[in-house]
Parts: sequence; structure tokens; C-alpha cells
Amino acid sequence: MYKSVTNRRSFIKKMAMLSAMTAAASMFPGILFASEQEKGIPKDANLDWKKGPCRFCGVGCGILVGTENGKAVAVKGDPNCSVNKGLLCVKGYHQIMCIQSKDRLTHALVKKNGRYVQTPLDEALDIVANKMKETIAKHGKDSVAMYTSGQSTIPEGYVASKLMKGAIGTNNLDCNARLCMASAVTGFLTSFGADEPMGCYEDIDYADYFITWGNNMAEMHPVLFSRMLEQKSRRGAKIIDFATRTTRSSTASDRSILFEPQTDLAVANAICYEIIKNGWVNKSFVEKHCNFSKGLTNIGYGLEDKFNFTDKPEKIDFEAYKEFLKDYSPEKVSKYSKVSVKDIKYLASIYGNPNKKVVSYWCMGMNQHTRGTWINNLVYNIHLLTGKISQPGNGPFSLTGQPSACGTAREVGTFTHKLPHGVVMNKKDREMAAKIWKVPVERIPSKPTYHATEMFRAVDRGDIKFIWTQVTNPLVSLPKTGRYRPAMEKKSCFVVVSDVFPTPTSDVADVILPASWHIEKGGLYGNSERRTQHWDKMVEGPGETTPDAWMTIEVAKRMGYGDLFPYSKENHVEEIYNEYKQFHEGAKHGMAPLEVLKKESGVIWPYVNGKSTQWRFNAKYDPACSNGEDFHFYGKPDGKAVIWQRPFEEAPEKPDKEYPFWLNTGRVVEHWHTGSMTRRIPILHQAMPNAYVEFHPDDAKSLGIRNGENIKVTSRRGSCILPASINERGLPTKGQVFVPFFDENMLINDVTLDAFCPISKEPDYKKCAVKVERV
Amino acid sequence: MPIKSYLAHAIKGKKEELMKALVSLDQCEVVPAENQDILALVTDTPNEKEEEILKEKIEAISSLKLLSLVSGFNTPQN
Repeated sequence: MYKSVTNRRSFIKKMAMLSAMTAAASMFPGILFASEQEKGIPKDANLDWKKGPCRFCGVGCGILVGTENGKAVAVKGDPNCSVNKGLLCVKGYHQIMCIQSKDRLTHALVKKNGRYVQTPLDEALDIVANKMKETIAKHGKDSVAMYTSGQSTIPEGYVASKLMKGAIGTNNLDCNARLCMASAVTGFLTSFGADEPMGCYEDIDYADYFITWGNNMAEMHPVLFSRMLEQKSRRGAKIIDFATRTTRSSTASDRSILFEPQTDLAVANAICYEIIKNGWVNKSFVEKHCNFSKGLTNIGYGLEDKFNFTDKPEKIDFEAYKEFLKDYSPEKVSKYSKVSVKDIKYLASIYGNPNKKVVSYWCMGMNQHTRGTWINNLVYNIHLLTGKISQPGNGPFSLTGQPSACGTAREVGTFTHKLPHGVVMNKKDREMAAKIWKVPVERIPSKPTYHATEMFRAVDRGDIKFIWTQVTNPLVSLPKTGRYRPAMEKKSCFVVVSDVFPTPTSDVADVILPASWHIEKGGLYGNSERRTQHWDKMVEGPGETTPDAWMTIEVAKRMGYGDLFPYSKENHVEEIYNEYKQFHEGAKHGMAPLEVLKKESGVIWPYVNGKSTQWRFNAKYDPACSNGEDFHFYGKPDGKAVIWQRPFEEAPEKPDKEYPFWLNTGRVVEHWHTGSMTRRIPILHQAMPNAYVEFHPDDAKSLGIRNGENIKVTSRRGSCILPASINERGLPTKGQVFVPFFDENMLINDVTLDAFCPISKEPDYKKCAVKVERV
Repeated sequence: MPIKSYLAHAIKGKKEELMKALVSLDQCEVVPAENQDILALVTDTPNEKEEEILKEKIEAISSLKLLSLVSGFNTPQN
């Protein structure tokens, strides 16, 4: 198409301005260019501003979307939302720009004779329902599966769970949150018996120290990081970045401490060793509120199909725990962690100082770990030993990656082992689900089946013959995609993909369903701090785009389960939420009524007597505490939290002669996960158009690698060619390379390893061995 | 015909002053941040020499603490 030079020039100027704003946003998280945001809005515009949560990341910033004549034309931060107080990051500001993308999926597509044919949605849903029924009739109910998302809304997750577990009667439901925070869940459950952080973001306003464990918050949680920076400059709060790579978070921190991959386990134990050795244990807290336990060791890595592991906890006493820690003196740990004795002691002294408040933050660095549950337990140990927990400014806090990893995946329970309340293994939980769902209790199976990795292994083996993915792009995000892409292409499995845009996953689908984008439907999300956030539909979606919840309901009806899904198209969000809310009634997890959520910019649960509970387990704030003490860890039958004896164990694959580098993968501020949305937002795509492989300058020099030169990164699984990046965005330690995973044209997950934590089943994307070659 | 974008860091409390000084230069477009002493700046000049001269003028502004280049584009003559 012809474009005049003038137009092109003005376009380039706009791009240049946006590049500058993007750079500013990543250097100064939370920076606001509101005048630019509102510049494109006509002066006489009569905008209707509607509130909602941001679509990108688990922070849960409140947004206001300006609509005019049925179109979304502007986004700004919601000043009434306590999460972000009006701030947004670069992704947040530009989020609505992807809706207009030319390749939007607007109609159902059905593969016929190898070609996709546009098909009326009703007909496509008939095909999906018939295929699901036919597969169940022929191969049994465990031959069909659903794989959903931490980006699914609460109603979407709820109806998926009800369809699979309550109607069909299979636990073949898992979600991509397995890939990002399953270790946080098992960590919380094993230590406290109750999932999700006990604190909230208001901790930021009180803490003296923020210790980030393998967490590049400046890029991944920029608005929260900007709140920390504000406290740094206002009150002198300190940020300590403990990581395997120097990032923008490290450079903005007061201190950056680097460690050898996997040795965070040992360093955490060394901190506990020092706390005990120096008499910094809060004895009365530990005696009143903690037990000590140990579990099995040498627990494997899940590399083989059908891997199974069950831990066998055993109670120990404080003396046995102290004896165990003798292997973790700073002097011993320093030798293999590459963290100096001085730095280990420094970290311990921060936690050990009774006059300083400390919050530990983490996300994928600790969760995507073959010992993810253990490292979560170990950081809890530090907070429990010192009693720095469940108080304003004191506590461990696992951040999530997705906007409803907590609200949907964890609370509704779209994991194979979960129910909206509790787990499938628990008879009482099954009975509660059966009662609310109005199904026979025997229909809900008591055994979990496939977690995410194993689900796609089952597709490869031919055990799963029908899979429906919603709001996720597993063929870019799974580890070892080199196995799972051909698996999904096999004729043995019928693949249904619901999505907003075409992706490498929809490329292998037999049926593609056109999903509504988040502001084109109403819904609810739940963020990292237990905040439930509601929004109303703001604009109409194009073509036959439809909310995923409604497509699931339509399929359920077609399969003969209409009586279990008596919701109306217009009000299904409200009807589903009110049904779901029954699962969490009571002081421990009470959810706010919908009318409150409609008014407020999010409400934290437990919501009791018209009030949010900001700090759980602390009797001063939490009405569910009933033991008469200051603290009550009521998730455990005896009301006590557990300090776990967990050792350091090696990663399953380490650099060797043939594959001499660690490979670490992750994200960048400009892109949201697999980039299917943010790469369709021109400013974000321009700012970060492709993936790259980061080198330490010394490694690049010794290999003769120049910036921008194409490099082949190869593991025992596969390879990927990317341009080299030296001294640009981040700086890996020597002997390590880093690659972001957002780029579907440079599939680094063909290279990664599908090893996982045997307890949480969350894969480790941070550590495998690779070699690098110039090409 | 270079188009370049910069982040202009103002001396503390002098953002407005820097804004005024930059806006007075014909070849500059400026968007100030609401909550930081930072301005996003785009320069549009006929050639590299003019760009250099403009850059020198900008760097001489007393309210400017630091000027950092973000991106550079070159387009054919209009």
C-alpha cells in the first residue's frame, strides 16, 4: 500500500517517541506519560471510563479503559486501585492496541482436507461436543482433556472444572499455571496448609528490606518495583537482589548478590544456620507456632514418562534440624554457591535483625526449579525462625506471573488434583463439590491424573485422544517443545484451540474457536495478593468472538449436561460467581459479594464482615484465628506452621565438556509470555522485535562472538538460532547464557529440559546445559 | 534526515524549565513524564550536521542533567 513520505516520517517520529517512552518505562518502572496517553483522544470526546484489571501479569494493576462509540480508545491507570495507585507499565498502557490486529481470530475455523474453513460458531461447537462425546464413548472419559490458563477468568476456570470433574467425571484438567507457580502452591501447602501469601502489597510501605530471590521485578513486576523504589528514596528502604543474572533490578538495587544456579537451596540453609548460630531465632514464636519436619531426599526429576512421587513427611525436633544445618555453614556453602561468606552472613544478618522488617519476593526463579517446593519451604523457614511473618512489612511473598494464576488456577482449582474447595483426594471436598454442582459424588474421581507436562506426554503416547486448550499457547511455552509439537500434530489426538490470535498452538488445531479478549467480556481475576477484581464487558468483540466460559457452557449443553449449566448468556458471569462463592464461605476464605466487587477496584479475601483481611494468620488482623494466641496457622490441624529440613540437591543436567553453558530462560518487560498479544502491539514489538541470546562479555570474547551475530544454542533436545546480545539488557554470569522465550520464531523451548519438581510438577526453565556456536 | 529519540533527565525540580527550553527549539518534540524528572524527546533534523548542532544546543541547557539516546532513524528527504 502506498504511504507518503510525510506519513511515513510522522509515523517514524511517533515510533521514536514511543521508543523513548518504552525505554523510560523499563528504566523507571511506573513512570507515567499521561498526556501522551490522552493526546489521541479528541477534545470533544465523551469517553466512558470503565474499570478493570490489567490483562498482563499477576500484579493486578487497576486500569480505566476509555470507550467511545463502542470502541476502546484509551487506557490509564486506575487511581482508586491501591495496587498501582494510577501507575501502569508500558505493557499496561498499550494493551488495548492488540484488539485491532488484522489477523484477529474472528470466526471459528475447522480443518477440512488439510485447510482451515471458516465455519459458523454453532456448527464448530457441535463438532467439538460430538468429538468429545464420541471419544469418551470409544476410549473412556480419561481419553479427553482440557488445558486452561492462569489468564482464564474465574468463571471460565469454574465451568471448565465443572464440565471435566463434575459432568464428565475425569480429572484430566490442568493449566499453564502449573508452569509458573505450582511450586509456590505446594510450598504454601506443605509449610502452612493453606495456599497463597499471608501478606499483601501494603507490606511495601512498611518493610525496611526487600530481598528478591531470583526475581527481576523491574521488568516482570514493574509497578510493584516502582513502589519499592519509592520507599527506597522516601524512607531509605533497601533492596537486595539475589539472582543468577545481573538485570535492571540488580542495577536499581542497593546490593546485587549472584549465585550459581540451583545453589539457592544451600544459601537459604546457610542463612538459617547463621540465624541459629548467632542466637537470632525468635524462640517464643518458634516454640508456640512451629513444628519441624523432614521429607524424602534424592527425589528425582520427573524426566521419565509416568513419573510418580509421594513425599513421606516425618516429624523431627529442633536439635535434629540444627544438626542437619551443620553441612550448610557459610564457609562450606560459599565453595559451591559462589556467594562469598561475607554476603551469606550479610543476608542472614538482615533477616536476623529483630529491629528490621523484611519482605522476601520471588517468582519464576524459585518456582521453576526442580526443587521448587523445597526452595519455597526454605525461604519460609527463614521467616518462621525469625518470626518475621504475617505482619505489615514482614513476610515471604511469592508473586505470580499471570493475572489470575491465584484467582482461577489456585482458587477455582483448574489443576488435576484440585476442586474449587480443596482437593479431589479429600472425600469431604468431593462431597462439597458434588452438593454445589448437584452431581453424584461418585462421579468426581478421587485420583489426580495428568499435570501439564505429563498431559502432553500422554498426548504423545496416544493416551489422550482429545484436548481442548483455552487462553494458552503450550507449543511455545512448554519445555522441550520439540517433543510436544509433533505430539500435537499426531492424528491420534483431536485438538481444539480457543484463542484470540493465531499461534503455533492453533496451527496444529483441528478446530479453532474465536475467543473474546478480556474487555470484550465481563469477568473476574484474582491477583498475587488475594485480591479479586471484577470488570464488566466494555466493548463488543469482532465477528463471532465469544467468551471462553460461554463456549464451554455451550459444549456442555450439547453433550447433554445442560441441567448442570443453567446459566444465561447475558448474566453467566454473575450467576457463576455466585455459585462458586459458596465453596469459600467462612472466615478463612470468604469472597466479597459481587456488588462490592463491582464498586471497588478489587477486594482482598478473606472478606469477613465487610472487611478485607490483609494479613492472614495474625490474630490482630485475621478473624479466622481462633487459638487465643497472637498467631494461628490454621491451615494445619494443630495450628502450627512447619519448618522443613530440605537439603541442597544438584540440578538434573549441569554444564559439561560437550554442553559447557547453563541456559536460563525468562521474560522481558515489553512482552507478555509467548508474545501472542504484545507482539501485535506495534510499540512493544518495535521496542523488542525478536529474542536474543545474552552472553557474559568474557565468554563472548573468548568465543570470538560479536554483538548481533547469529548463534546456535544447542542442548541434547534441540537447537535454536538467535542473535548474540552482549552488555545490553542483562548480564548473565560467566558460563551462563540467557534467552527470553516470547519469540515464536526463535523457539528456545525446543532446547529446554522437561524436568520438574517431583512435588509440584512444575518444570525448571532456568537450568539446563547447552553449547553455543557461531553460524 | 535523522529522527532521534532521547530521554532528557532534568535537574531535580527543573523539569518545567527544561520543558520550556526544549519546546522553544523548532526541531524538538517533547512529552514530559508525570511523576519523574524525565522527558521523552524526539528530534527531527535535515541532516547529521544539523542534528549535531541541535544536540550541542540541548546539552547547553542549564536545567538538563543528562541526555541519553534511545533510538535513531534515518529517512529519505521529504
